[in-house]
Amino acid sequence: MKRIIRKNRVRSFHQARWNEPIIFELGSAGERGILVPKAEEEIVEKVGNGFDSIPAGMRRSVPLKLPEINQKRVLMHYLRLSQETLGGNINIEIGQGTCTVKYNPVVNDKLAASEKMSELHPLQDTSTTQGILEIIHRTDLMMREISGMDHFSFQAAGGSQATMTMASIVRMYHRLRGEEEQRDEIITTVYSHPSDAAAPALKGYKIITIMADENGRPDYEAFKAAVSERTAAFVVANPEDTGIFNPRIKEFTDLVTKAGGLNCYDQANANGLYGIARAREAGFHMCYFNLHKSFGTPHGCGGPGSGAVGVISELRDFLPKPLVEFDGEKYFLDYDIKNSIGKVRAFIGTPQVVLKAYSWIMSLGAEGLYEVAKVASLNNVYLIKRLLEYKGLELPYREDVQRIEQARYTMEKIAKDTGFSSGDIARRVMDFGMHIWSSHHPFYIPDPLTLEPTETPSMEDLEEYVETLHHILGEAYNNPEIIKSAPNNSTIHMVDESSMDDPDQWCPTWRVYQEKTKVE
Amino acid sequence: MKVYGFKNHPYIPNSGPEVQKKMLDYLGLKSLEDLHAEIPEELKLNRPLDLPKPYGSEYELRRAVEKLLSKNMTAKEYLNFLGAGCWQHYVPAICDEVNSRSEFLTAYAGEPYNDHGRFQTLFEYESLVAELLDMEVVNVPTFDWGQAAATSIRMASRMTGRGGALVVGTIDPDRSMIIENYCDPGVKISKLAYDEKTGMMDLEDLKVKLSSNIAAVYFENPSFLGFLETKGSEISRLAHEAGAVSIVGVDPSSLGVIEPPSAYGADIICGDLQPLGMHMNYGGGQSGFISTRNEERFVMEFPSRLFGVAPTIVEGEYGFGDVAYERTSFGNLREKGKEYVGTQTALLGITAGVYLSTMGPKGMEELGQNIIQKSQYTIKELSELKGVVGSRLEGFSFKEFVVDFNGTGKTVEEINEALLQKGIFGGKDLSKAFPEMGQCALYCVTEVHMKEDIDRLVSAIKEIVEE
Repeated sequence: MKRIIRKNRVRSFHQARWNEPIIFELGSAGERGILVPKAEEEIVEKVGNGFDSIPAGMRRSVPLKLPEINQKRVLMHYLRLSQETLGGNINIEIGQGTCTVKYNPVVNDKLAASEKMSELHPLQDTSTTQGILEIIHRTDLMMREISGMDHFSFQAAGGSQATMTMASIVRMYHRLRGEEEQRDEIITTVYSHPSDAAAPALKGYKIITIMADENGRPDYEAFKAAVSERTAAFVVANPEDTGIFNPRIKEFTDLVTKAGGLNCYDQANANGLYGIARAREAGFHMCYFNLHKSFGTPHGCGGPGSGAVGVISELRDFLPKPLVEFDGEKYFLDYDIKNSIGKVRAFIGTPQVVLKAYSWIMSLGAEGLYEVAKVASLNNVYLIKRLLEYKGLELPYREDVQRIEQARYTMEKIAKDTGFSSGDIARRVMDFGMHIWSSHHPFYIPDPLTLEPTETPSMEDLEEYVETLHHILGEAYNNPEIIKSAPNNSTIHMVDESSMDDPDQWCPTWRVYQEKTKVE
Repeated sequence: MKVYGFKNHPYIPNSGPEVQKKMLDYLGLKSLEDLHAEIPEELKLNRPLDLPKPYGSEYELRRAVEKLLSKNMTAKEYLNFLGAGCWQHYVPAICDEVNSRSEFLTAYAGEPYNDHGRFQTLFEYESLVAELLDMEVVNVPTFDWGQAAATSIRMASRMTGRGGALVVGTIDPDRSMIIENYCDPGVKISKLAYDEKTGMMDLEDLKVKLSSNIAAVYFENPSFLGFLETKGSEISRLAHEAGAVSIVGVDPSSLGVIEPPSAYGADIICGDLQPLGMHMNYGGGQSGFISTRNEERFVMEFPSRLFGVAPTIVEGEYGFGDVAYERTSFGNLREKGKEYVGTQTALLGITAGVYLSTMGPKGMEELGQNIIQKSQYTIKELSELKGVVGSRLEGFSFKEFVVDFNGTGKTVEEINEALLQKGIFGGKDLSKAFPEMGQCALYCVTEVHMKEDIDRLVSAIKEIVEE
């Protein structure tokens, strides 16, 4: 037998390429994907065919042009498309900074798929839902300890909705104090998530954005000047999306508290802080965590997730209703929330996600969460040092300022040398079964790359990522053609996006595409 | 120093002391403490978190969580007639098979290349729902129906520059709360009167309330109370005459048999995808969609991502991308973008696509027919009972209907308690939300209810009200 030599860390890769048609091109007239139960004969005898009772003009007259496809072909289509999707559990997912794409333990999804979870109607009598209510309540208690807050709501189904929830509480709080008109500004920072600006803006606030100082931290003097009797709240991530922690955060929150505003903590970047630093001690009145990031529940291509909003006791009665409570004997839904902002999502949010987060925490405990924070940070600084061995890749601001669980890099020099943007490099990274992301827009840091390893990768994974990225940066200088044409080994080739911003050209659905590309 | 932490945890490869020492040595650090050196002491917890002891193994975790879950009684173990915004439908096995694939389940925000499948499935979901609605543009899904309605109203407000919206009086009070919070401040929400006999909108009240400050008229079909609003064309016409946008919320499971709102003048259609292949998940399966015509003035007001199809540099390949990305808060605009975008319910959109392509036109038609027949049968049988009116509202209902118990001398609460003893979840008690109706309940019947289930319900109620 010939001995097979496989030594390269830089992987020889090709993603699945099925060249699958659009679903409307599949099947043929009369094919069925599934049969639907029919009404029993006795029912038909009593009420007829059902159609005749539809009021005049309300029976569907428009032909329903859904495809007709046998079940195997539907399944084959979606399985192929799944293979053309690079989920976090498949690749060394380091390149989606700010997203905390860590391992999503399979067992948690198996538990959430139980009929004891999935087949519950939200309006069932709570005597029949004590199990899930207990899980939610227990998770609430653990989140309180993790954050130092006094009460949690799991109604928001994502981080941005949680930020909107916090901004709604801010508005209601000042309204009831008679200061709604006066307090019309919310302050955020440039490296907090765009939703920390956008969601409060939706709630009618003027947004003041604090830029970074020379160390990459929010400029204290500028912040001090911005805080006034018009300040409704301060909404901020810490560490910010650069991975840089603001050690003066308590001075910031004190200024706002003194001025009569509220402090809202976007804890999207909490993964490096478990058991180390909390919202309470930093002077926040409320905070939220993404259970689908920091607490190991899957991102699902973009939801459903859960944005767990925690508040200090004085703000408990502003939370969306109902809240899950325990009276010493049984768990119940408390709708009697005096100053509640009302609701942000149907029913009580996404309980199946809370269940997964509960299981995740209960797999780790206090020591495990601390280990998560330490290893997420260790992996990050290790990755930084290894990556920066490649000359030209740099950290913006001072390199000796500590990064916690992620880092935003700049390849400005490489871009100047080679003409390749971080977007060009990102296309090439896909040729190796990996992913790299630049930054939210606008790019305040030129040619950014934002990397967040989390606690998930092994040293070997980190090394593979580093060597692959170094290899690609080398190509930028030595083999530019291969980057120009990238992706070369992905599912598809470079997309011509010229239609995407042109109302005459864009095709947001198949029927629009058919119309726009009709051959006369 | 005491070693704190959870060493060699299966989810944390680099939690082993040897590898940690190797990494710290490379970094020139003494201990893991150094990693948080810049966090000031006064902010540090400096004590272990006080959390319950974790389970020692995956087996123990599973056993313990399953034990907690076993306290739940499901809508499969009990007979369920609750709807009211979350509906028990059959979920084809293929839906679960696709959405539990790690590839989809654990993907997030990749590019149109490495996540080609995510882009294509969501584009296809948009396109399939567009066929169902007979519309042209559908968003990557938002949170739920309430959010979809709230955003639709905000879109209308921006398009018209007006700060008021009229909302149907029979709306679910919970959905209304979502809309009111989301639109506050900026758009004042007012409710429209309705005809107590039919539930339908009071057009005289609509005429009075329409003004140059009204951005939108929002109504639903089928309505929260299950009846069909048959004057949709007239409502849309009146809205348009007043310069307002006509927004209709719709239950997509009805559209195999019922006319889509685009046929009666809707400019924006919204609703929930949960009936299309989503388990109820105690309310966690809700997922909102918003749809418009392909006109720039509508498209540019969506806050959501819209995935569009485009060629690649290789002939014969479909590629995808974001239509008009700059309008979103992910574009360069941050707070000046349209509302905000972020993690919402994409996986449920993919699932709805699987559902619709599996069901096909015939399946959706048969589903609708089945639901009509079974709900009408239930209404008929319930009406045979003394003091019970199977459907309080005159006219046609789809899937849900208001059962009137006023003549029984019993409250819905009492009846539901007695039903629960018999293993049945009775319909939603409407006495608090719609006190004008007295003792009424909203019942939901779908294709999952066989004749024997309905007969069991009817005989249970008979026993309760005639005892």
